[in-house]
Amino acid sequence: MKIETKFLGEMNIEENEVIQFSNGIPGFENIQKFVILPLEKESPFAILQSIEHVEVGFVIALPFVFKKDYEFDLSDEDKEELKITDPEDIITYSIVTLKEPFNSSTLNLQAPVVINHKHKIAKQLVLQDSNTNPLRYPIEGGMS
Amino acid sequence: MLVLSRKKDESIMIGDQIELKILSVDGDQVKLGIVAPKNVKVYRSEVYESIQQQNKESLNISKSLLEQISKKNI
Repeated sequence: MKIETKFLGEMNIEENEVIQFSNGIPGFENIQKFVILPLEKESPFAILQSIEHVEVGFVIALPFVFKKDYEFDLSDEDKEELKITDPEDIITYSIVTLKEPFNSSTLNLQAPVVINHKHKIAKQLVLQDSNTNPLRYPIEGGMS
Repeated sequence: MLVLSRKKDESIMIGDQIELKILSVDGDQVKLGIVAPKNVKVYRSEVYESIQQQNKESLNISKSLLEQISKKNI
């Protein structure tokens, strides 16, 4: 199917690439269907694009690239909700807040986006402890 | 909004399974104890609001910044 994207123009995506966020994401609770659009090959960044709302397109990044010891607990309820049986089924992204200059951009480590790519379901978690996992973690330093 | 007055060590029930208890009151600070089933998420509301706010802010992306990150490899 064809979708309009915020940054990459019109794109053709497969139905089975659509990822369902049953609760939406905080601030956009009614928007539930997204796709992940890669940028350059080897880039740690990608776009999380709503398939219905063209203006809702986030830049996301693989957090472990920027913070090697990043970790958080996944509750049993979250595991159940996301139908996680095998850790290999999930991929975690962080939403990036881009700022000019680029080095002042931040990653949201307090609210990781956890995707079960096998079942195509996902959720943005809200972690309680913003000291260990900051809402605005500086991107600077993680880039080579 | 339903408004109830409670004293220290008193509590209220929300439904059958959620209990809110006043543990202490010190000046303008109230310490609450919350008993709820595991599937009920309990947050300080500013935590959830700050995530909502950050998500909204992160949608402001300039074309030039996007071009910069497209070129960045690890």
